[in-house]
Amino acid sequence: MEKLIKKSSLAISENGLEKKSGGKRVEVLKTYKIYIGGQFPRTESGRYYIPENAAGKKLANVCLSSRKDVRDAVVAARGAVSGWSGRAAFNRSQILYRIAEMLEGRKAQFIEELMAQDTSKAKAEKEVTLAIDRLIYYAGWCDKFQQLFSAVNPVASSHFNFSVPEPTGVVSIIAPQTDSLIGLVSVIAPVIAGGNTCVVLASETKPLCAVTFAEVLNSSDVPGGVVNILTGKPAELASWMVDHMDVNATIYCENNAAVQQMIREKSASNLKRVFFYDQTNWMNPDSQSPYFIMDTQEIKTTWHPVENIAGAGGGY
Amino acid sequence: MAVQHKKPAPAATVRNNYFHSSPPIDQVGVEERASRFTKRSIKKESKKNGLLLVLNMIDLTTLEGKDTDGKVKQLCYKAMHPHDAYTTLTGEELPTVAAICVYPSMVKVAKKALGDSGIKVASVATAFPSGQAPADIKIRDTKYAVNEGADEVDMVISRGKFHAGEYNFVFDEIAAIKEACGDARLKVILETGELGTLDKVRRASDIAMEAGADFIKTSTGKIQPAATMPVTLVMLEAIRDFYYKTGKMIGMKPAGGISKSKLALHYLVMVKEVLGEDWLNNEWFRFGASSLANDVLMQLVKGKTGLYQAANYFSAD
Repeated sequence: MEKLIKKSSLAISENGLEKKSGGKRVEVLKTYKIYIGGQFPRTESGRYYIPENAAGKKLANVCLSSRKDVRDAVVAARGAVSGWSGRAAFNRSQILYRIAEMLEGRKAQFIEELMAQDTSKAKAEKEVTLAIDRLIYYAGWCDKFQQLFSAVNPVASSHFNFSVPEPTGVVSIIAPQTDSLIGLVSVIAPVIAGGNTCVVLASETKPLCAVTFAEVLNSSDVPGGVVNILTGKPAELASWMVDHMDVNATIYCENNAAVQQMIREKSASNLKRVFFYDQTNWMNPDSQSPYFIMDTQEIKTTWHPVENIAGAGGGY
Repeated sequence: MAVQHKKPAPAATVRNNYFHSSPPIDQVGVEERASRFTKRSIKKESKKNGLLLVLNMIDLTTLEGKDTDGKVKQLCYKAMHPHDAYTTLTGEELPTVAAICVYPSMVKVAKKALGDSGIKVASVATAFPSGQAPADIKIRDTKYAVNEGADEVDMVISRGKFHAGEYNFVFDEIAAIKEACGDARLKVILETGELGTLDKVRRASDIAMEAGADFIKTSTGKIQPAATMPVTLVMLEAIRDFYYKTGKMIGMKPAGGISKSKLALHYLVMVKEVLGEDWLNNEWFRFGASSLANDVLMQLVKGKTGLYQAANYFSAD
């Protein structure tokens, strides 16, 4: 027994005390779990997979989410819609800014994870700062896009007629496979800036940053359920994210014609809005725009009865 | 569990001796046992049949101060036509719910709206939900509901008197309300969330059944916790022991907090494994719920289409 314990790098003696024999300390590895409703559960299915980097190094045991995780995430996202969309736009702005603050504080960890996933040091540093800047960018837009995209419409009857954007509801996002951090941030930020909630499937081969980003969200005043992040295989989960009747829009970022066709067909079940961001280079500082926010907005037009002042004549 | 008396004793003796000797409840054991019922795998065809049975056992309930005639009429329509689109989709008829549960002032409206659909009207009575009113008012409340046409009466016990140890008072009150019910079936609400321990739940169950309850029911839905599986298990075991002792079947109605189909199926498993198939119909088992029906309907449609459903495709009531 003594021998066996010595062999283990834990270097714990039988009386429970640490031996000062210079044994190498075992690094404490993070369990990469999924993020649903503000909690970090393991996948309901109990499955996992081990993504590897180009050098064949195992990155981590990562949850292989199932369709039931998608279902649970959609329930959480739906539950969060009224609270999140009901917040003052300025408050959403503050919270997005807060995400950027938290990300800034954990830069080093993201750079490390990106480098473990085959990104060069220079590019990893650029990607993380760009992600922070992009969050600030969308934080600024939270309480400004409504005014720009609203309109007062001229109508012939005695009505005050105006159109305003409103969030569509729950958005399912299959995040970019490459650019695993900046891609993820670039698709999530405009969706939540507009008051939607989302269910996101992270990059299959580079999932580390997505889970760490969930931890950032969790400490950034983002209410539970607003962003739900799953890890797993798009080939297995994409169809469940698209044909769920309680999802209002779907975003897909790869240029895979077969998947795009599947999404178009399945989204017909409840006439989801479908967006393919397959030509966008997220590393480009200009790949940000209020039009990304507008993609997941609905335009509500209101006819408010008023007196027709112009037609009232001189007596008015 | 030990049977306390070989044959039923005269009422007075029962009152004096019986309730202090309700069997003690092993709380840890009950919780363990209750959690086992959630481990059964119910899939495909048996799941579908279970869901249809659940739908058929629901007492669709609205017990709000803001209830109006219109709200009750809508609920009655929902009771008769849970989701007509299901028939369009599958060609199969859905069962109706078992009953509509309303305040006495809404009984007449519900009765008229339900017509000859066969759906029962249950009315809460006896100064629901607190039960803090004099005996004569409770009896008049009950008689009013029955005269308006209620098929079933859901009464509340006097929890204050029960806690004070005045079991005879509680017994007499239930017996008096039972008499006032006439032909209407009497469900006795124990309000287990206010009883505190499983021992007291068992004792209250025994009192209610001895006093003439046709059903025993967990909760008003106004107090948390409402129905839980351990509490329901204790009550089911009380029903079982009462049946062995007297040969008389008593119904069970968990109410409040059961809003998901999966949980409802767990309850069915529990009823089957504690009481047997004789209780697996709406004559002897009910769910008091308002949002459970839509969850069951969503699961049924999911089973048919393979698509997870959204609440806004199902009528609220």
